Amino acid sequence: MTFTPETEKRLQDIWSRYPAGRKRSAVIPMLMYAQDELGMVTQELIAEVAQRCEVSPLQVEEVVGYYSMLNKQKMGKHHVQVCTNIACLLMGGEELWQHTTKRLGIGHKQITADGLISLEEVECAGACSWAPCVVDGYEYHHHMTIEKLDQLLDSIQKKVQ
Amino acid sequence: MSTPAAAPPTVINFTVDGRQLSAPPGTLLIDACKRAGIEIPAFCYYEGYSLQAACRMCLVEVEKMPKLQTACTLPVMEGMIVRSETEQLTKARKGTLEFLLTNHPLDCPVCDKGGECELQDMVFRYGAGESRFTEMKNHEPERQWSPVVFYDPARCILCYRCVRACNEGMGVGALGITNRGVLSEIAPNGGDHLDCDECGACIDICPVGALTSNTYRYKTRPWEMQHVGTVCTHCSNGCKTTLGVRNDEIMRGNNRDRSGINGEFLCVKGRYGFDFNAHEERLTSPMIRINGKLEEVSWSKALGFVAEKFKSVSAAGGKFGVVAGTHLTNEELFYLQKFSRAGLKSSNIDHVRSGDFVTLLDAVSGNLTSLATADDLYNTKAALVIGADLSQQHPFLAFQLRADVRHHKAKIFTVTPGPVREAKYSAASVVVPEGQEFDALNNLTEQLKGEKELVILFGDSIKGQRVRDLVAWAGTLGIPVKYVCLVDYSNSRGAMDMGVMPNLLPGYEADPHPGMSVKQMLASDALDVLWVVGENPLRETKLASKNAFVVAHSMFLDETASTADVVFPSASAYEKNGTVTNVTGQVQRLKAAVRTMGTKTDLEILGLIAKEMGMAVEIGVWSHDVVFKEIHKSVRGYNVPLPILITGGAAVTNPVNGRVAVDVLVDEIRSAGDTLFTSGSLGRYSKLLTSVPEFPGALYKR
Amino acid sequence: MFNEPHPDEVRVITKRFGLPNSASIDTYLAHEGYVAFMKAIEMTPEQIIDELKLSNLRGRGGAGFPTGLKWSFIPRDNPKPKYVVVNADESEPGTCKDRLLIQNDPHQLIEGCLIAARTIGCKAGYIYIRGEYRYLIDIMDKALAEAYAHGYLGKNIKGSGIDFDLYTHSGAGAYECGEESALLESLEGKRGVPRIRPPFPAVSGLYASPTVLNNVETFATVPAVLRMGGQAYADLGTPKNGGTRMLCVSGHVNRPGVYEVPLGFSMQKMIYEVCGGIRGGKKLKAVIPGGSSSPVLRADECDFPMDYDNYARMKTMAGSGGMMVMDEDTDIVKVALRTMRFYAHESCGWCIPCREGTTWLRKILTRMDEGTGRRADIDLIHELAKNMLGRTFCPLGDAAAMPTIGFVEKFREEFEARLRENVVPVTSPDQLIAIR
Repeated sequence: MTFTPETEKRLQDIWSRYPAGRKRSAVIPMLMYAQDELGMVTQELIAEVAQRCEVSPLQVEEVVGYYSMLNKQKMGKHHVQVCTNIACLLMGGEELWQHTTKRLGIGHKQITADGLISLEEVECAGACSWAPCVVDGYEYHHHMTIEKLDQLLDSIQKKVQ
Repeated sequence: MSTPAAAPPTVINFTVDGRQLSAPPGTLLIDACKRAGIEIPAFCYYEGYSLQAACRMCLVEVEKMPKLQTACTLPVMEGMIVRSETEQLTKARKGTLEFLLTNHPLDCPVCDKGGECELQDMVFRYGAGESRFTEMKNHEPERQWSPVVFYDPARCILCYRCVRACNEGMGVGALGITNRGVLSEIAPNGGDHLDCDECGACIDICPVGALTSNTYRYKTRPWEMQHVGTVCTHCSNGCKTTLGVRNDEIMRGNNRDRSGINGEFLCVKGRYGFDFNAHEERLTSPMIRINGKLEEVSWSKALGFVAEKFKSVSAAGGKFGVVAGTHLTNEELFYLQKFSRAGLKSSNIDHVRSGDFVTLLDAVSGNLTSLATADDLYNTKAALVIGADLSQQHPFLAFQLRADVRHHKAKIFTVTPGPVREAKYSAASVVVPEGQEFDALNNLTEQLKGEKELVILFGDSIKGQRVRDLVAWAGTLGIPVKYVCLVDYSNSRGAMDMGVMPNLLPGYEADPHPGMSVKQMLASDALDVLWVVGENPLRETKLASKNAFVVAHSMFLDETASTADVVFPSASAYEKNGTVTNVTGQVQRLKAAVRTMGTKTDLEILGLIAKEMGMAVEIGVWSHDVVFKEIHKSVRGYNVPLPILITGGAAVTNPVNGRVAVDVLVDEIRSAGDTLFTSGSLGRYSKLLTSVPEFPGALYKR
Repeated sequence: MFNEPHPDEVRVITKRFGLPNSASIDTYLAHEGYVAFMKAIEMTPEQIIDELKLSNLRGRGGAGFPTGLKWSFIPRDNPKPKYVVVNADESEPGTCKDRLLIQNDPHQLIEGCLIAARTIGCKAGYIYIRGEYRYLIDIMDKALAEAYAHGYLGKNIKGSGIDFDLYTHSGAGAYECGEESALLESLEGKRGVPRIRPPFPAVSGLYASPTVLNNVETFATVPAVLRMGGQAYADLGTPKNGGTRMLCVSGHVNRPGVYEVPLGFSMQKMIYEVCGGIRGGKKLKAVIPGGSSSPVLRADECDFPMDYDNYARMKTMAGSGGMMVMDEDTDIVKVALRTMRFYAHESCGWCIPCREGTTWLRKILTRMDEGTGRRADIDLIHELAKNMLGRTFCPLGDAAAMPTIGFVEKFREEFEARLRENVVPVTSPDQLIAIR
């Protein structure tokens, strides 16, 4: 499989971190970074990672099924994650979630028709003291309010127009 | 064998439920209890496979340990006081079962496993009959993964036995786990299908009805079957298989009672390849060629016709040729060679040879312990495989070696013409073209000298002088070496032992009047009678004697039978009583499981011909136990302990010790090279075996 | 973006937070950076471990195991390579401290790892960072590059003869990987399913080799211990509970935030002074004191010195330091449901009681929340949680069971009140099935 030079460099760097015979260790980080480029974990990627890390495709498949950040379905350009775990729940996380689903017309792990935004209700993202939080891709947005969330979604949608 | 004096094994003493027990150090509590007759319940624990501690059923109370302990991971400790059945434990187990049943469908009435389901038994034992679960169950539909395997995720209790059986036991690793939490499922390696051996080990080891086999599912209830322990009739490994039989029909094959040399191991042929027996093309009536066409006739007519012909040819001093099959019983083979030599005065008797065991016997002459048994393959510290794809051709022997690696850290070496599965766990794996094996062996010499002992398994590329060279080379290693000469079929070894060879009498005594080999018979233009008993020599070769009278015993109208003058419909090995001898020289009992109307066993056909010819007194009674008595008494190596045989065990035939001074026709030795999914003629009539390569998407890649 | 410090804090490991460019090695070096490591080079492994034992430092990940003791378990004569592994898989709901430690002071963590490597004689280490914290991986990678450039990582570090390589490793979303043996499985490229223990990681950890595995905060504290001396660090806290720790306060307080306080700091003071009390002048209802796995405390139980022993006395846990404060308007049934949804989602599925128990409880609590609960459900929730407790393969089952038992035992009246709000009064299971 061919990746962008940047991703390829990253994958090789990851691969080099583990001792000989232990390249299986690279499976998860490699999938993470490759997924960022592809927008999902494809069968082709599974085979590629299996081959690079000297394991069977089934062994990679087992991992993909296990970790919640590895997605076998296409994610949006912006993967918007709303935390509704306790600390965020106490601070209005659930309202944010309701608002987002209503505004975008999609639900948990769904993607907008234009492929721009996918949505996920996530478990504790580690921003409890600055709750509620919404994560756009890997970017944290703390002390979220419905107004700030709307601004975020506006800016995502505007960026494309 | 002398072992160096080690420190005396210490024994651990402990108490379970008030009983004083002891076990060697390192024994797991669950095993120690089992040996003492205390059954600790478990789903995920399985002797011989890696530990999981996942089902939480084997929790026990151990004094001085605050939490409940899993007996499957806890080694016995001196002075340990254990309680395996208390109110607390019963409650815990009941609670776990209640959890398990929340998502497990209660479809026992239509589930294949009903009646022999471990979950059912466990619920019965702990009385978790009521459930407080009133929510929706998670449900996923059932799927077919291969011609053999169906998976029903809803019934799966995630004990991971199948995953381990496939990965550790079979060395295939076709099963894994996907998803997480309550959505976890077993996953096949091909995405939506399996690319595997189709051995069915996963199905048999499944404690519930999650994995079911296409051949058995929804056909019967276990309690409607009789269970007959016999020996698989396909390859030479001699696996015991327990046939589940209902109304003279084989419903399934497995070996769940772990009896026999193979424990519960079986390959696809042993578990599912019995279906040839009920193939619609099975012959059920004798046939005589009348006006160039084979016509069905009565048994008496066919027998009389053959007897008359044999008598007249014999009287005229005509030439007989006898070809015996390698799936016949020892009794049939012995009786047949006696018939030929004593009755027809002909040593033109042979079988299709697949390994040079004769030269091996001669080469190791003088060394009593140089033939390996199936047990040796599990216990040896090192093994060397030459010129054979063991996992394909000798799946049980390969399984033994894998278990040896897993449990005893044995070292495996392979020298083969192509890549083999053993390479995954071998100490060294060399691929060399046939004929260059010795170059590779010489490179391994130093490494092998460092081993404590060695078992060498060799295929048909090592024959004649090369066998002697191999034994000589092994002699230079300076370590004890044992051998397995690999042969093809269920009684290939028995055919040799029983003297079904033109130059060797039973027990490898030289025949003073050697006759013709198979090739010589077929090439001879002076043959008057060709008598083929359970073999198909005319599949690729034409008979040179145009006018020879051909008699065939066969289950199917194969190439030989279809050109014969008389065809006798013979019974299959699953319809016979008698004995067979496997590749490692272990003799076991066949037990008739079913009958096919219209057929007779080959022994009976032979006896009836003898009777018609008026030679019955001379050749003997055609009852299998009478013939076996004679074998036991007269054939070298077969004076085995009878209790072992009678109780369904495998008796090691004593190797013949002494020179076997005959010329071996090296050119006639050639393995058929069967894979897991072929089995000579039998394989052609097994719909299951032929369906494997046809399964969409699951084309087996060798 | 993050909270202002409070004067009552004792800032030992957070003291560089807020400095300009606090993550850079220059800032670090200007503020006692790598001093402890240079000191460690001169010390024997035994001396380092003795200091740690003296400091009474206990693991900050949740289990609170004494760190010096843990390190002393590493077999020195084992010929296998040894490893240092940092647990930065911070995912316990209510916890957001390790994030700050990496974001604001990555070199402190590197130095802690270096000292561990020096102690056990190991050549490589991995920082397992949860996948969601991608930006921290970038910060950490940059800090590692700086450390290499300044000779604090790599071959023959500062002429000491010590070789040590340290790498980041990304997780991919699994709470279970915070459990140390599951983390190791994950680090080896497998499903994050815990291992059977014993053997413990100190004997057979990463790649079946002896491994020191600690939480970010624990490693980050080590340099301070060596710098100050174990006794001086211990003296910051209470007997048997050495030093300071970071508490992440969230929920209904006026100034939620992450604060570093000495062990034994009063919970009352924490809520009402440091965090400025309950917002909107409301009354306190309950506190989840140490991450979602710790049993809830009622308002009347929230006045005690927060050290490991007193948490235990209150029948709860110090856990990961995630304090979630709930005011009088909080719906406990909703909180209980959200807690169980979390554990059901994160259960690895390996063992039966956890896999099936969390899901069953989630279903009952969902029903209760939606208004089709029934009276028997309350006892059932309690009993099912008890059936999980102590019987699962790893602590996740307990982590799900303990808070649930706590919610039912301490707020039973709230569950009963919910039944009165039922959309349809349900009395028997048959009726329930009909409704569904």
